Formats: sequence, structure tokens, C-alpha cells
Amino acid sequence: MSTDASKHNGNPPAGVTLPIYMDNHATTPVDPRVLEEMLPYFKGTFGNAASRNHEFGWRAEEGVELARERVAKLIGATAKEIIFTSGATESDNLAIKGVAEMYREKGNHIITCVTEHKAVLDTCKRLEKYGYRVTYLPVQKDGLIAPEDLKRAMDDKTILVTIMFANNEIGVLQPVEEIGKLCHEKGVLFHSDATQAIGKVPVNVTKQNIDIMSISAHKMYGPKGVGALYVRRKNPRVQLAAIIDGGGHERGMRSGTLNVPGIVGLGKACDIAMNEMPQESCRLAGLRNRLRDKILAGLDDAYINGSKEHRLPGNLNMSFLYVEGESLLMGINDIAVSSGSACTSATLEPSYVLKALGLGDDLAHSSIRFGLGRFNTEAEVDYVAERIITTVKKLRELSPLYEMAKEGIDLSKVQWQVETH
Amino acid sequence: MAYSDKVLDHYTNPRNVGSFDKASPEVGTGLVGAPECGDVMKLQIKVNPQTQIIEDAKFKTFGCGSAIASSSLATEWVKGKTVDEALGIKNTDIVKELALPPVKIHCSVLAEDAIRAAIGDWKKKNGATSPAPAAAEAKA
Repeated sequence: MSTDASKHNGNPPAGVTLPIYMDNHATTPVDPRVLEEMLPYFKGTFGNAASRNHEFGWRAEEGVELARERVAKLIGATAKEIIFTSGATESDNLAIKGVAEMYREKGNHIITCVTEHKAVLDTCKRLEKYGYRVTYLPVQKDGLIAPEDLKRAMDDKTILVTIMFANNEIGVLQPVEEIGKLCHEKGVLFHSDATQAIGKVPVNVTKQNIDIMSISAHKMYGPKGVGALYVRRKNPRVQLAAIIDGGGHERGMRSGTLNVPGIVGLGKACDIAMNEMPQESCRLAGLRNRLRDKILAGLDDAYINGSKEHRLPGNLNMSFLYVEGESLLMGINDIAVSSGSACTSATLEPSYVLKALGLGDDLAHSSIRFGLGRFNTEAEVDYVAERIITTVKKLRELSPLYEMAKEGIDLSKVQWQVETH
Repeated sequence: MAYSDKVLDHYTNPRNVGSFDKASPEVGTGLVGAPECGDVMKLQIKVNPQTQIIEDAKFKTFGCGSAIASSSLATEWVKGKTVDEALGIKNTDIVKELALPPVKIHCSVLAEDAIRAAIGDWKKKNGATSPAPAAAEAKA
């Protein structure tokens, strides 16, 4: 990506370095403290954690076990309940396929939700091919599932409910405690993909009745390529069939030499989150609200997608009527955010999450997702708000839809001339 | 996905943004695409009735950078051509000029459709026969 200053629109004010990164749901920068913690494991402490017979192995193992404790502590679990994987996608696969295979005799029905990440949805689709029945619960306008819908969907063949803790696009927080309670009452296992929630909102697997939980390092200022899966050992004891064979590492659940530096990084990221989450979440919510309020004050026809109340502190997903998302991103090319527009997806389909909220295509195409994080500042928020307002106004001048709306035309009644190509 | 310099140029400095009076007999208006698809282009031409030369053109587009660039380019290209000459503008020419990647080719197709629609509208208003509908042949 070009960092040519002439491509940047406008001069940034003091305290703002371009480009600005505000896409922390896609990934996060590695916290310098995390990197510091990892480095020795690329250098002198390079041993294989499974080498039982020499100091190189023991020291690597120590690093791994400390990380395991740190991950467990952050989520209210015990170290034995944490296994390390290559990331949340693998964790989701292991959780869902692992339960499906292990509990096949008990039943073949899985319940999930339409707004899940593809790592969950595609895994469920694959299981459907193998003869499992999957119910995809709808969401309400605010993005939350209705617990009554879940209750009604459960039957005596249900073996797993998998609902994400926080949504990556619209940031909404599902009522996990209530979902978990319902699952426990019915004797059904509850898995939650907590990738976007860990380190941002309080997560406690006991209090929130979660049996299996996916964690990703690179969404919480850790490195890419490593994650974890929490697997409950008591009340009930969860058993998973492994999806990777070869050596029996991680209590037989996940074979393969451990990514020691990565794991150490994940542990440190969890440790930092443990200590700093309350203040950080508060600060981010303040920044997010500031961004939201400035934009809403400067523009008409701008809408927030998803529950305003049950939401990640750093997330803001907005639609700007009459303006298409990718063209907006182009206009703020010195700011990194993302869009639910079809033009920004490889498949030219608009965001299925936004569609699930009942958003019309015009609003889905016009959406922008802001993901504020640890390293964003107030000065950056002010600059971004101003750039968004200016660019949306400029694009509305270019928009035939805005023109038609101003003329009083009801766009929903127009017969659009669409050629079939 | 990196944008070509030409696409960026048209986006930052779009040519001929605006509107003509739709009701004027000299004006042909083409409105193509749909909000559901994420692309709507309005292209208008002002034609000299004697010479049939397109003397001016304006556009407005709801769509991505490539869509905006394609329609902006279209307004530049039609100016100075007769309506029949303008019908010869192919989406593949737009793709080449803007260096559009495969995933953005449909934007150029829409721009070609917009030109045809505008000319068709003008011809209808001025008693001439509409141009042949855009063929269903592969455009990419």
C-alpha cells in the first residue's frame, strides 16, 4: 500500500500520524510488551516444549505452562482446561467437529446462529453434508438472538449450541449467560466463539455457563497464528474428538509441536488484558462514543447497525445512506476501516450479518465498520470523524440516489433498470 | 486491492459531475443499475439536434471507486462524438483505460449500459429508433 503523502487527503493535525489504523476487529498490532516476552523463545529458549529430557525442552515448557495459566486466569478457568491451537478458526473447527464426532450416539442436532463467523458457519455446513442437522437461529433487528427461539429449537437430539460471544462486524454481545444456563438445564453443550470478546469485556466460563470457548491471539494484541480452546473438565466434563492426529499433544486433543513463541505471546496478551481491561474498555467506549456523536452531529441519514447497548466498547458500525461503502473507503484512504459493501468482498455479496439484521441492500452497501483499539487516540478520532463527514458529503454530491431523494422520490418504489449480465 | 492511478484520479477529480434538465428535448438520460447491487449510474447527454453530436455530458454515480471512474470516463469519451459513434464505446475499452481488475469489470459494463440508455432515451424523445438493446454476448 502506498504511503506516498500526496495520496493522503489533507494535512493531519498535530498528534496524528497517517495512515491511521482503526480496523482492530480484523487484526491488532502486537503490543510491544508481548513482542518482548516472545523474543527469547526465538533465540536462546528455542526448545521443543515436548522434549522431556533436556533443559531446552523444560524451559520451553515452562514458558508454555505460564501462558496456559495466564489464559485460564483471564477467563476464570483452570490451566488444564486450556489447549493451544493455530487460532480461533481451528478452535471453532475442533470444538464443533470434536463434539459432533464424540457425541454422535447421543444426537446429531446442532444449533447456531446466522450471524456467526464463517469459521463456525462453514464448519456447520460441512457437518450437514455428513448427516448432521443444523438449525441457524435468526437474530432480531438489534443483532441479538431471542432465547425463546433457542429454547424452541432444542430437541432430544441436540448435542451442541454454538453462539458467538461478540460479533466481529457489528460488535453486539449475545446474552451468553442466559444461553449457557438454558443449555445446562437441557444437558446440551454450549460453545462460544469469544474471539472478539476476550480482553475487551469480562469473560468467565463458570459464571457464564460456557463449556467450550475459542480464543484468538491476534485480536487482542498478540501474534497471528496462535489461539486457544477452553474445554471444560467439570460439570460437565467435555470430551472432544481430535481433528488433527499425530503425537497426542494437548491431552490428545491437538497434535503438533507447540508454537512456543506464539503461545508465550498469547499468554502475555492475556496477562496484560487481565490487568488493563477495565480502564481500557472504559477509554475505548469513550472514544467510540465521541466518534459516533461527532459523525451523527455532522451528517443526516447516518445509522448505527446493531444494538447500541449490548456492544463491544470499541466497535461502531454505521451506514451512510446514498453513499456506497467502498467509495467511502477510497475517500478516506489514509484511514484503515472496513465495509459491509459487496464491492469490498471477494464474492460481491453484501455483508450477511447486516442482511440478517434486516438491513436493506442499500444500507448494507453503505456500511463502515470502525474498530477502535489500544493504540487509537482522541486526536485520531477527531480527524477520522471530520474526514468521514467531508467524504460522505462529497460523495452525496456525486450520488444519483441522494439527488432523487432530495427531489422527493421514494427510492423503494423506483423500477430499476438492471440488465442481466 | 490497489487502485490504478487513473481510477484514483477520476475519483479524486471526477469530470462532469452534475445534472441536466431531464425534460429538455436535447437531453438524453440513462439510469442503470440498482441500489441492491451496490451500483447506480445516471448518465446524461446533451445532443446538438442538427449534427447529432454530443456536446456535453454529466453523470452521477452511487458505487465503488471503479464505478465512479468508469462513468466519469464515459462522460469524457462521449463528448464530441455523434450519438452513433458513442454507441461504439465498449466496456473493454474502459477496462483497458482504467486498468480494472477482473472483479471490477462489471462496473465498466454498467457504464457502457448507461451510455446506451442515455442515447436510447434521447433517440426516443427525438423520434429516432432506439439503439439495439445491449447484446447478451459476454462482455468481459
